[in-house]
This record gives sequence, structure tokens and C-alpha cells, in this order.
Amino acid sequence: MRATKSWIAEYAALPDDLSGRDLGEALVRAGLEVESVETIGGDVSGPVVIGRVLGFVEEPQKNGKVIRWCHVDAGAQHAPQDAPAPLERGGITAPLQGEDGPYWPRGIVCGASNFNPEDRVVVALPGSELPGGFAIASRKTYGHMSDGMICAEDELGLGSDHQGIIVLPSTDAEGVAWTIGAGALDAMGVVDDVLEMPITSDMGYCLSVRGLAREAAQSLDVAFTDVVSLPTPAAHADGYPVRLETPASGLFVALTVEGFDPSAATPDWMRQRLTAAGMRSLSLSIDVSNYVMLETGQPNHCYDADALRGPLVVRTAAAGEHLVTLDDVDRTLDLADVVIADDRGPIGLAGIMGGQDTELRDTTTRIVIEAAHFDPVTVARSSRRHKLSSEASRRFERWVDPGAAYSAARRVADLLIELGGGALVAETVAGAVPTMPTQRIEVGLPERVLGMPIPATTVVEVLRRSGVEVTDEGAALTLVPPTWRFDLVDAYDYVEEVGIKVGFDHLPSVVPPAPVGGGLTREQMARRALLRALAAAGFVEVLTFPWASEADLDALGLDASDERRATVRLVNPLADTAPLLRTSLLPGLFGAAQRNASRGVDDIALMEIGRVFFTSGDAASPEPGVSERPSDAVLDEIAATLPQQPRHLGAVVAGAWRPAGWQGPAEPAGWQQVFGLAELAARTVGVSLERRPATRAPWHPGRCAALVVDGQVVGYAGELHPAVIKAFSLPARTAALELDVDALIAGVGGPGSLPLVSGHPVAKEDIALVVDEAVTAAQVESAITAGAGELLESATLFDIYRGVPVPAGKKSMAFALRFRAQDRTLTAEEVALAREAAITAAGQVGATLRAE
Amino acid sequence: MSGPNDNYDPKQVAALSAEALEAMVADAEAAFAAATTTADLKAARLAHVGEKSPIALANREIGALPPAARKDAGQRMGRARGQLNAALAARQADVESAELEAALASESVDVTLPVALAPEGAIHPITGLMDLMSDVFVAMGWEVAEGPEVEAEWLNFDALNIGRDHPARGESDTIFVAPAGVHRVLRTHTSPVQIRSLLERPLPVYVVCPGTVYRADEFDATHVPVFHQIEGLVVDKGITMAHLKGTLDHLAQAMFGDVRTRFRPNYFPFTEPSAEMDLECFVCHGASVGNPDAPCRTCRSEGWIEWGGCGVVNPRVLTAAGIDPEEYTGFAFGMGIERTLMFRNNAADMRDMVEGDVRFSRALKGEAR
Repeated sequence: MRATKSWIAEYAALPDDLSGRDLGEALVRAGLEVESVETIGGDVSGPVVIGRVLGFVEEPQKNGKVIRWCHVDAGAQHAPQDAPAPLERGGITAPLQGEDGPYWPRGIVCGASNFNPEDRVVVALPGSELPGGFAIASRKTYGHMSDGMICAEDELGLGSDHQGIIVLPSTDAEGVAWTIGAGALDAMGVVDDVLEMPITSDMGYCLSVRGLAREAAQSLDVAFTDVVSLPTPAAHADGYPVRLETPASGLFVALTVEGFDPSAATPDWMRQRLTAAGMRSLSLSIDVSNYVMLETGQPNHCYDADALRGPLVVRTAAAGEHLVTLDDVDRTLDLADVVIADDRGPIGLAGIMGGQDTELRDTTTRIVIEAAHFDPVTVARSSRRHKLSSEASRRFERWVDPGAAYSAARRVADLLIELGGGALVAETVAGAVPTMPTQRIEVGLPERVLGMPIPATTVVEVLRRSGVEVTDEGAALTLVPPTWRFDLVDAYDYVEEVGIKVGFDHLPSVVPPAPVGGGLTREQMARRALLRALAAAGFVEVLTFPWASEADLDALGLDASDERRATVRLVNPLADTAPLLRTSLLPGLFGAAQRNASRGVDDIALMEIGRVFFTSGDAASPEPGVSERPSDAVLDEIAATLPQQPRHLGAVVAGAWRPAGWQGPAEPAGWQQVFGLAELAARTVGVSLERRPATRAPWHPGRCAALVVDGQVVGYAGELHPAVIKAFSLPARTAALELDVDALIAGVGGPGSLPLVSGHPVAKEDIALVVDEAVTAAQVESAITAGAGELLESATLFDIYRGVPVPAGKKSMAFALRFRAQDRTLTAEEVALAREAAITAAGQVGATLRAE
Repeated sequence: MSGPNDNYDPKQVAALSAEALEAMVADAEAAFAAATTTADLKAARLAHVGEKSPIALANREIGALPPAARKDAGQRMGRARGQLNAALAARQADVESAELEAALASESVDVTLPVALAPEGAIHPITGLMDLMSDVFVAMGWEVAEGPEVEAEWLNFDALNIGRDHPARGESDTIFVAPAGVHRVLRTHTSPVQIRSLLERPLPVYVVCPGTVYRADEFDATHVPVFHQIEGLVVDKGITMAHLKGTLDHLAQAMFGDVRTRFRPNYFPFTEPSAEMDLECFVCHGASVGNPDAPCRTCRSEGWIEWGGCGVVNPRVLTAAGIDPEEYTGFAFGMGIERTLMFRNNAADMRDMVEGDVRFSRALKGEAR
């Protein structure tokens, strides 16, 4: 909603020195949001004054244009030093008589031709500056010394009209004659503040100057005059016949005006207010209709009475009906749409837009004015269904005061007659103003909910000022809201009204004492620890969008049966190219990796913890009512229909893990780092992880490990498949990891137990074992560990050797063994026995002790 | 037959002269002082107090003196030798210390050389800030609640008193899960977690709900369709809007120091009364208002920064969760993490928060600070 301060001031007795910004603050205190306050007509500096055209001569130019050489009286105080050249060649320039003696008129060249001698015009004198930095100076043009400029509307920033110069009406808006030489913009009342306010859905009554003035007056504690001053008469049908056939409209006012002059022009003051409110001036009748809508909040419609056929009927649309609306769109109507119809069928979409057949023409002299009330939900649904939002529908969706319909229709009629002639000949009122819902509240409720002392007298006084009908019963109040306050229904709605009008600034600040809490859960702490450990280890966390596409899944190399194809699809994705939700974090991470690479970051180590989504099918989630807690069965059904949404950890590394430096060459990033990341993740949360060779897209088949916790695969890591690296344009040898964090953390159990640390010396033995290439380090270590028994403290792989004398197809793996006992120093015999047992056990994986 | 063994054979000796002993001591001390290396000092020691040194020979001769002279000479010899041993030890310590210093000096390194740390990792500023804000509440005894991001419409809208005709439930605001009509959406706020908390937790409830939310929004410098919120919910007996004010003042002070909050009336379906919460500018504290000489970039010289929405929980919401609004009242609030990061840490472009450029994530050392 845009409205000027001067318009609001017409109905709220604003103090003279109140600035537009002050007014904005008063409205903010009342619960409105003020997006901007801008001054219009203020972009002009220097002398721009009211002038009187004394006379002119028309002079055709070689370029075909006709200019006027004018003499203008701009007031004695602005008179030039010297006489301008006379109008007629060889004539004389007569001085003007001022109070302090004679003075010269100004000579001005003007290109417009829409004015006559004695017209009052706006003159920009030399030294003034118009919007856009347009400086006015005396200059020689078309053979004359032009000593100023007669202005058009657009030149003053007042509108877009450049049809001709501004010709002022005979008097100002208050009927007082113009003072020649006075500042034109102040005299015309065009310097004003425009407030722009988005209106929330509970404050539909503020989509009007009336509502804003009421709130401003209440906030500033000044007098308010209601433009809606006429009560709604009882139903009668003296005028145009109307039938209401749907409960979506309970009130319909139709006034008939005859003898209207369709050629009458809109006065400047009305055009300026409409322009400031963001509306275009079109014709007097349309302008009046819009003006009254802005002023009262009541949308209204003017029909050409001669184009109507039979009674106006408000009804739901019938199957197959069409309507060409004023925006020139042929709309197929829905059975739930409410229309205004006459004998030919629908002529308007109720509360949204009229139809073309009955719109006003430039010959219309008989007008039927409609002002009705329509149900907000019906209008909102039709508006959404037809993707058609109008000034009218925006208001009806938020409730229009039914008590304003009659008065607003009368205001339309009065303005049409005042400005365009004619007479109000008949009126029809169908239906009645609905009764508003009664509510009873304890008088102490506002104080109890707000937490600040509010005496009962204040509650009553505040509500009455807001228009609420209050029956004071001592401990309780019976309340009926005014017809414009659709939002006052529940007891708490009145609490809010009292809170706002008393002022939230008065709320005390009290921290509520919470009961003892449990702190972060084990899972929350584990996730935090995980992120921080991985960050400390060198990974940068990124947060990517969860959108995905079939193309991504194909590029990952997933086959048709892969569980990551069980995606959730979106009805209205932001991009048609990514209509799915991700089942893997990797494509998003690859995108981030590629973006970093393209920006010159060659060494990449990125991670993300985020949810992935696996569909649970297409069954609808239940939509129970809200009047009570849904049953557990319904809540279970909601849970069952939601997708599975586990949190995954994803990571990608490429380039160098350590770049080349003064210490030596670069250490490349690859599968080792993501395996290390997996180990670190497991160690951080406190589970033991096993890596098993695996084949899984999108990884390299020989360089992929399944990550296993407690026998359950929680994720995969390794170098990416070259085809995937190519498909995602990643650096060669890029490696990645993805694991299910929820599953990883689920393996964390119990408080853990601490060892008794042995103080006895360690005994060290190295063994080199020859095994087949296919045997893994983990298999050998596991066999050694099992064989060596409890004296073994650790077995660490420290060397792998291939080549003579080790046979081809085999490798030698050297382990450093450490033995220690809890209660004694081991003897050489004990150590030798344990070593032999380890070697023997390694035989189970085909290992033989390497010959010395 | 061999000649006399001068070293061992007893022979006529002179009494130990004081001058001679002093000269020996002086020579030895001079030699020790002159030694600057361990090797020099070793040579001086052998020469002046070694077995064949003049003082050792003189000592040997003492035994051949008559008893009276022997006692006197022995005492003087003992003092002299004690003096020399002390001088030697002192010099030994000096020389070793000098030698160590020289050795250490020769081993000095350029301490400014780059060293091989792990690559520079970082948690994302959004994550850091979300944790930081959560911790303010955990310290107050609240708990952190979480919930799914694909959510049932009933939890995201209906239970929050957002009726089926509310414009927010249109495709221009909300992202819906296919097929159309399955009543599932990408949650548009973390408020469904509040409903879940009311449904699942015993009363009273004091929870904060941080998380990712989704809107069908443009993606540009000031809008992002995937963003983060933190919401708080308290439902208890006797809770008032003054408790809401106290809680948000505390959060503001924990995050920004000595600042206040301001409530401006607003409308949300799930709270009644509802308010926008403004934060007093923590940079200029309002000093920039109407003062063009000292403009404030943080609050754009308005003195206040819009931070979030809040209000008293609408009794309709409590009813939908099966809580008696006659017995319990509550308050709720929520704010955007990205927005907080923008004014708190000067983040200028929303796109930087989601593009994954490591330079953005790495910039806030020490997490969100």
C-alpha cells in the first residue's frame, strides 16, 4: 500500500510539524511495516513559481514546429532587470503595475500550445534546477532571449504527462486564488511524503487511507474522522435489480448514476494522489473508482448501465462458462468461481476483475456502481486458480469491511457527480452487513499473557478506541469487533491488540528459568566432534544444494538397480534440469571441487555433512485436523510416508595433499587420504573400522574400500573411477568418501573401559612374511594377532617388498611385533614361542617366513 | 747396575719453598685461564696438575722432609692443590658452556620457514554460527531439537495454524514433493521441529531448533533458496511475552555484547501476539542515526537491525499438539543464520555461502568466533 501523508492527514489530525518519517514510526508502533518514506515534488530547487500568461505570438519555424513567444507575469519579486522584446515586431512591451511600482514581465519561448492568455502556469526561472539535474538559465533560442521555462508535468517529476504544459485550475484545491510569483510546488500541494507499506494478511483494513489514518490517529493520540460515515440501509431494491445466490456474497450495493459526462477530466489533485499511490490515471470514472478504493479500502466496479442485460446475479460459475476479463484474457471458469452475471452469463469474476462486455466506454452516461462484500477464501482460491491478482482481490482476500460498502458506493457516486455531472437516481442494497463473532475474555488475560501490568481500565479503553464493542462485566469482557477487524476472533487476538496499543516497548525483560536440561545428545556431540576433527585434519566444510538429476546418477555410473536411484522427485524444482533430491553428497561436492579448481585452487580437500533422501513411495502423508492432537496411528503414518533422510558425510580430495616445498616434493592427495579420513572419523567417534576391498560406483574397482563397523557397511571410500573423473571434469586421481554418519555414530556404545598399564619392559621382534599378492595387510595382521596371543601388544606393518628373491606374484610384508606382559618381564623363551605362534598362524593366509 | 732413579729414589730434598709453590699455582691458573677449548684445558690440566706436573713432583718430595717441615709443606701443598682443582672445575664449566653455546649457535634455523602442517581445513561459517547460537541456549538448560527436511505438510503448515488457503502454501513459495498432492514439502522453516518437540517431548519444553530450510526463491546476492534458521520454543506454565523479551535480550547480549532488542508488531499465523525483533546496532549503538558525519554500515545508520520474528505461541498451535492452552503458554522465535552472518561477520553475498569456495569457509579462523 502506498499513500501520501497529505491524504492520511485529511482523516487524522496529524500535528503540523509531523514529518513523513514520524508518521512512519507511528504506523510501525501500530503494527505496520513501513518499507520507505519518500518525498515527492522535492527534487526541484530554486525559483519555480506560479505565473500568469499575459499574451503570446505563434511563430512557425523552419523545422515545421510552431513556438510561442510569450510574456509571463512571474511576480514583481522575480521581475527581470530589462524589458523583454515586444510580442509583435515593432510593438512595445508594457510594464506591469506592482504594489511597489512598475516591473517588467518575463519573455519565455514555449513549444506547447495548450494554454491561453490569463492561464495560470508553472514557471521555472533562471537559477532553478529541475529533476535530473536540469538547470534553467536565460538563453537565446528561436531568435528570442528565453528567460525561463513554462513547465510540463514530467519536467517537474510529477508524472509522465508531456502532452502540454501544466495549466492550473482557476483556484487551488481549497478554492483560493493562486498568488502570482509564489512557490508553485508548495502552492499546488505537490510536495508530499509517500509511505510504502507491505500489509500483512491480518491487517487488510490498512489497505486503505481510512485504515492508515485510524491507526495513525490512535498511535499519535489525535482525532480521527471516518470517511465511511453513512450507515448501511436495510435491504431495498429501488435501483438496479440484484440477486444474491451464493453465501460467498452477503451484501451487494448497486447505485445508478445518470447524466454523467464521459468527457469530464480528472482533476490534478486526484491524479497526483493516484500517481503517488502507484496507479495510472485513465479516465474520470475509473479514476474515481480507484480513488475511493484506495481511500475506503472498498473495491468497487462501474458498469455501463446500457450494456447490462437483466438483473445482476451473484452466483457460482456453471460448467463450461467463459469470461473475457478486462486484461483481455479469455478465462474458462471453474465451478467454484463466484461470478457476477447478467442474462448473457458471467460479466465479472467476483472480487477480482470485471469483464470486457460491460466496461465503461467513452460514451457511457448511465453508470451502475457496484460495491459488494465477498468471502476472502473464495476470492483467494479463484485468484490463485486463475493466476490473477488485482488490487481488488488483494483486498478481498484480506477481508474488506462490509460496513464500508454502502458508504463507499455513495462516495463514488458523489465524486462522479461532483466532477462529471449527473445525478444519483436509484439505489439497491441486497443482503446485509454480517454480524461479527462475539468473544469473551477475562480482563486479566492480556496482563497474564504479555507479562506486564495492564489495568482493566486500560484494556477496555484501548479496545474501544480500536472500534471494539466492549461490554464490561468486571472480571470478564464481552467483545464484538468492528466490521473492519476480521482478525479479531480468538481471545489472544485481543491480547495482541491490547499489547500493540499499549506498546511492546513496555514489556519487561525476564529470562525464564528452564528446568535442568540434558545438554547436547551423544549424537549431536559426536557430529560436532567429527566435523571439527576433520577440519583440523585439513578438510574444508562446504554446504551444497541438495538438488540432483538423473544425469548426475548416470555420471556416477550407477546401474538401474542401485538403491541411489530411489530418488525423491519435486513438483516445482527450481531448475527443470535438477528435479530430484540427492541420494549422494558426491555430485554436489564434485561441483564444489570443480568450482574451486576453476578459481585456481588446485589442492582440494572438501567435506560436507548433509542429509540425503531416499523415497518411501508415493503414498500421501495424512492431513489430520488441528482441533486436537493427531492419534499415534496417524503420526506413525506420517513418519512412514516421509522419505528416509540419513545424514551422510562426504569428502573429496584432489591435487596435492602437501604441495612441493623446501622440504621436498609434493605428496599427492588420493585414496590414502580418504582412507585416513575414514579411520579418523571412526577414531573420533570411538568405533573401530574395518576396510574391505569393494566394487562400487563411482569408485575405481581396485581402489575402493567398504567401510565396515560392527559387520555393517556404513560407507565407501577410495579413488574415483576414471570415467567418473572424466564425467565430472575432476583432476586425475581424485578420491572420495561417503558414509552414513547416523550409522557410524550408532556403533558408539557404552562408557568404554580403561586398561591397567603395564610397567614391564617391551620385547621387540621383526618378522618378514611372504604372501600372495591378493592377500591383504589386514588379513595378515589379523592372523598374526590371533596367533601371537595375549602377549602381543601391537603388530605394525613397516615394509612391503616385491622382487628378487621374492617370487613373482608374491610380496614380502615386514611387521614389527611388540610383546609385553602385565605382571612380569618376558623371558627370551616366551617371546620366541609367541613369535613362532604368530608365524605359524600367518600360514593360514598362505604366509611363509621370508628366508634370510 | 743401573743409575739412580731420580723420580723414585729417595734423595736429599730441599724444604718446599713458598715462592716456588706460589709460582707453580700461578702458572697453572694462567694456563687454565688461557685454555678456551676442552682440548686445551685437558692439556693444561696434564701439564700443571697431572702426574708429572711440577706440583705433583713437589708433592712427592714432601714425604722425604723431616716431620716438622713435612707437616707444614703438606698443609700448604693441600691448599694449593685444592685451589687449583677448583680453578680447573670452574674453567671446565666455562669452556663447556661456551662450546655448547657455539654449537647451538651453529645449529640455528630460519624460524619463519613454512612448515608442513596438514592442509588448512575449516568448518563452514554457517555451521560454526549455528553451533555458537545453540550453545547459548544449551548453557541455559535448553536442548537442541532436530527433524527431517522433507516434511509432512501437516507439520510444516496445518499444525502451525497456516491454513490450506494461506499463500505461503503455493508453489511460488514452497517446494513440493512429487507426485502433487502427497502433502509433503521441503520444510520452509524449522517450525515443524517445534511441533515435533511438542508431540514427542514431555512438558515443559525448552528447545532450540537449528537447521536447513527451503523456499522457492531466486538465487542471487541477497536470496538463496536453501538457507539456515535457528528457532526457539518454550512451553511451560506461566510463560509470558516478557519471558520472550528476556530470552532474546540474553541471546543478543551473548552474541553481540551490551545491546538491547526491540519488538515491532507483526503477523505470523503461529504466534499471537507476534513481533519482528530488532537488534540494537552493536557497532554504533544508534550513534549514527541522523548523523551523516559518522555513518554506520552495519545498521545503515538506522540504529536497529532486523533480526527475526517472534511471539507468544498461538493457542491453536498448542491445541493441535494436544496441549491445553488454558494450562500452558509458550513463546517462539526464529532468525536466519545467513542474515546473522551477513551483519555480524560482514558476509556480503549470499552466493558465497553455498558455492563451496574454500576461501570463504577458511576465513573465520577459530570457527564462528
